[in-house]
Amino acid sequence: MRVPKTIKLFINGAFPRTESGRSFSFNGADGSLYANLCDATRKDLRASVDAARGAFEGWAARAAYNRGQILYRMAEMASSRSAEIEECLRNVYGMSESEAAKEAEAAADSFVYFAGFTDKYQQLIGSVNPVSGPHHNFTTAEPVGVVGMIPSEKTSYSEYVSQIAAVIASGNTAVALMPGKLAPMLAPLSEVLATSDLPAGVVNLLTESKREIFKHMAAHMEIQALSVGEKELFPEARKLGVENMKRVVAPRTEANQLATILDFVEFKTVWHPIGV
Amino acid sequence: MAKQTQKTQKNSKQKRAIPPLAIKAQLVKVSKSSAIVSSAAERHQLAPTFDFKYSAAPEATDFVKIDTRQKLFIDGKFVDPKAGKYFPSINPAKAEKISEIAEASAEDVDAAVSAATRAYEKTWSKLSGKERGKYLFRIARIMQERSRELAVVETLDGGKPIKESRDIDIPLAAAHFFYYAGWADKLDYAFPGKKVSALGVAGQVIPWNFPLLMAAWKIAPALATGNTVVLKPAETTSLTALILADVCRQAELPDGVVNIVTGAGATGAALVNHPGIQKIAFTGSTEVGKRIALAAATSGKKVTLELGGKSANIVFADAALDQAVEGVINGIFFNQGHVCCAGSRLLLEESIAGIFVQKLKRRMKQLRVGDPLDKNTDIGAINSAEQLNKIQELVAKGKEEGGEFFETSCTLPSKGYFHRPCFFDGVTSSSLISRVEIFGPVLAISTFRTPEEAIQKANDTAYGLAAGVWSEKGSKIHRTASGLKAGVIWANTYNKFDPASPFGGYFESGWGREGGRHGLLPYLEVR
Amino acid sequence: MHDLQLRMPSGSKVHFPRVPVDMVGVHERADSFTKRSIKNESKLGALYAALTMLDLTTLEGMDTPGKVRQLCSKARHPVPAAMMEELLKKRPSLPAIPSVAAVCVYPTLVPYAKEFLAGTNIKVAAVSTAFPSGQAPEDVKMLDVKRAVQLGADEIDMVIDRGAFLSGDYQKVFDEIVKVKDICGERVHLKVILETGELKTYDHVRFASDMAMEAGADFIKTSTGKVTPAATLPVTLVMLQAIADYYDRTGRMVGMKPAGGIRTSKQAIHYLCMVNETLGQDWLTPDWFRFGASVLLNDILRQVFKQVTGRYYYDKAFSTD
Repeated sequence: MRVPKTIKLFINGAFPRTESGRSFSFNGADGSLYANLCDATRKDLRASVDAARGAFEGWAARAAYNRGQILYRMAEMASSRSAEIEECLRNVYGMSESEAAKEAEAAADSFVYFAGFTDKYQQLIGSVNPVSGPHHNFTTAEPVGVVGMIPSEKTSYSEYVSQIAAVIASGNTAVALMPGKLAPMLAPLSEVLATSDLPAGVVNLLTESKREIFKHMAAHMEIQALSVGEKELFPEARKLGVENMKRVVAPRTEANQLATILDFVEFKTVWHPIGV
Repeated sequence: MAKQTQKTQKNSKQKRAIPPLAIKAQLVKVSKSSAIVSSAAERHQLAPTFDFKYSAAPEATDFVKIDTRQKLFIDGKFVDPKAGKYFPSINPAKAEKISEIAEASAEDVDAAVSAATRAYEKTWSKLSGKERGKYLFRIARIMQERSRELAVVETLDGGKPIKESRDIDIPLAAAHFFYYAGWADKLDYAFPGKKVSALGVAGQVIPWNFPLLMAAWKIAPALATGNTVVLKPAETTSLTALILADVCRQAELPDGVVNIVTGAGATGAALVNHPGIQKIAFTGSTEVGKRIALAAATSGKKVTLELGGKSANIVFADAALDQAVEGVINGIFFNQGHVCCAGSRLLLEESIAGIFVQKLKRRMKQLRVGDPLDKNTDIGAINSAEQLNKIQELVAKGKEEGGEFFETSCTLPSKGYFHRPCFFDGVTSSSLISRVEIFGPVLAISTFRTPEEAIQKANDTAYGLAAGVWSEKGSKIHRTASGLKAGVIWANTYNKFDPASPFGGYFESGWGREGGRHGLLPYLEVR
Repeated sequence: MHDLQLRMPSGSKVHFPRVPVDMVGVHERADSFTKRSIKNESKLGALYAALTMLDLTTLEGMDTPGKVRQLCSKARHPVPAAMMEELLKKRPSLPAIPSVAAVCVYPTLVPYAKEFLAGTNIKVAAVSTAFPSGQAPEDVKMLDVKRAVQLGADEIDMVIDRGAFLSGDYQKVFDEIVKVKDICGERVHLKVILETGELKTYDHVRFASDMAMEAGADFIKTSTGKVTPAATLPVTLVMLQAIADYYDRTGRMVGMKPAGGIRTSKQAIHYLCMVNETLGQDWLTPDWFRFGASVLLNDILRQVFKQVTGRYYYDKAFSTD
């Protein structure tokens, strides 16, 4: 007899149970109980944001090359755990073996794609600006900070991984909800994150039974940007985010692209005189 | 330090045989026959100092004609407001009405948006980038040709010193059109591999601190990318935007591509809430910006906002101090401190704080406050009575909070709205004076001990528009610049602007960038 | 850049802070003085003041007593008496056109200048220390100064040893200034020419200014007039700021003399604005500020006459010597 496990949250590199002490059951594609999930609350959100905030400066300050190394390590770990991921995809989404294998590979490929982007996007979106006068003037992209991610329930696992990889590639840290069928995917994904040299707190994953956390996320003053995939939630998220002028964006429909990095950076322009 | 000052004063008294006199009194009046040599000899014995008072040097205004009543600019024509309502525009240097501005009602705004929509659909979106660019080049050139008129009106209407409107605002506004003119037919290069398209009609609301320049920042990229615009200037400074409308007419810009609706908050609200616009661009206070963002949250319009700031200017002990003093002066007193990116918080390395403040005081005493039309005026009039009140209230509160208050002793004109340049020394990060955007010539000074502390204090604000850093050590400049959370970092300089340089803030200073290639993005759909 | 310590002849140590200068910032500030608009009464006052601050100069291999005589005559009476009367008809209240501050000549011509200027307060300055290069053995340079002083010079315009400065031998540069000031004593004023056109960077100019003042200079001066660029607004600003800091530190006033390249009244007025707004009006006297310029004189006169009569004048009106 299979023992349905309770999948814990992933906060600050650890696997805590929710502070609420509540869980909810998740039925697999065949309709039977697949797993119990933690029903996270705003307090879990708070802990996650604290972790992400604490990890931000260090993660952003790492050399782009080093972030790339770690993202590539994530791809390696995702590949080596593909059996577990594929099994989860089959059970949760009812995918065939080949579909699950393809989806797992696509997710791992996203890590590879952004691993190779960490030290290149600057060269594509930054600039040296020819100002009139004796000044050197250049624009670089910097990570915005803590990014809250509210994907749509329809977001596929590989899209979800791509969105997270894009956010952290430039040095942001993330607090990401896992709604709908994504929820049980927390288990294999967090195992990948926990075993791939990613500093604690860079990615934090939460599951919940109702759509309640997003409001607190949208209103949280320490979150600088929101990715909101659910169309109906978009206006409210924007409204709640006004207090600290959050950047609220809809995730790109096409996975793996420069635009996704562009959505979560701020441009900084530096002037310096040229003279002797 | 205080001891040294006393000593130097005493020393200077001993050196000076006579107190300084005005030259007219010193020069000995001679009869026609008296020997020139002897009078010259007398002069040399006195070796008087020359009391250098700069005579008034007002810019000529006689060539400028300002109509007593202004109209709206809709669909290529100057038209009266439908409701027939007007409000006065005040010259803040004299507290006198210089013209009456039309108050655009929701109906007028609707007409402007309709005109812009028609222009977008029928003409502007059909034009090639090359042709759009040529119109922008034309506008830029005509602005240059009318530059003196624009400068004088800008100064009369807004109170800024003529030397600033003449040397900075107007040339930069024209340069902005020149810069974006060239982008119009090169948009495919701006975002390689991407397909870009215009959004439609942009509703643009601009502030009173750089009236024409902000109009240029808004209109030039919008037009270059193929959008049409309805622009609302600030209610206290509408005149140069209306001249710009006339420039568009002169340039034979197709009707409805640029529309100017004047008015106050209600007009602005009617514009940004109008369902016919696809894009909102606003520069102004964070308070109004948040209101706009809230309204846009449900409408789904694309929004860019350039909002407030409380920018820090960090001076390290190894800086070129005399140049840093100039940068601090320029940072906070440029345009009477009515600058969103003003360096309103001065952070001094503690070891040089004493000498720096002394230098700053000495330099501040040289600032000439007065008639904005005088070419020698460094600090002009506060833009409005309302703004002057706000500054005075905040200064009064600052005095209650404590900290050493210093202001120069210059005499202010008896009429008009003026404020002396001043600072609070020894303020704490939690004080009102170091947290609230004052938008006036008021500087908050505090100290730091280490580079980390400087960065931490500079970032200790909800804003993130700009910051300054002064050091002659290159690696320290780069380290500090990368630690500062702000969209513009001026290293060993301050308050520099250029059309090629992206401008905009982090956090509560807004969304998006204006200027440079990055300034195209807010007006384009990128696929 | 590191601070430096030098020794006084007495053996005591002098500490030199290296004060960095930002070129672009200096240029911007200097440029702001060219935007000052000095009109009407203040322009007339400034023109008179500039006139009293002039060091009329002739420094040529072909200088003769005759040439110096002409120069001294112009120094005493910049305007022919007949011209002055014409001016007073237009404006009787106009003060007399003053004489200039000094004439500046080679040491051999000092006695002639003294003679021609006898009875006036116009000073005689002698260039010295192997002017203009400074490339002579130190004893020769000291003798150069000694003889100029003996011949009656009121002021010595020495050059620093730029070769020594650029090679890093600051002690040598410093020692020479100290020794020259020692020879000058209290009576003779020492102007130290940095020859900024050969120091090239503002950091060097600033450091050389500090060194000259610490060594006892009464004035610091930009240029010999033999090297381009000579005086500029920015380089003068750097030196004025050095003077301000030295004054704050020690309480001793040091004078400033930009020399060469100042040809028009407009330029001169920009300089006066700069002194006014950097050091204050205490320095706006021939005791503390001089122009090393000769062509400037006629332009000032042209402008004075223009201010009073409304007519534009030519040089011939005042003699073209």
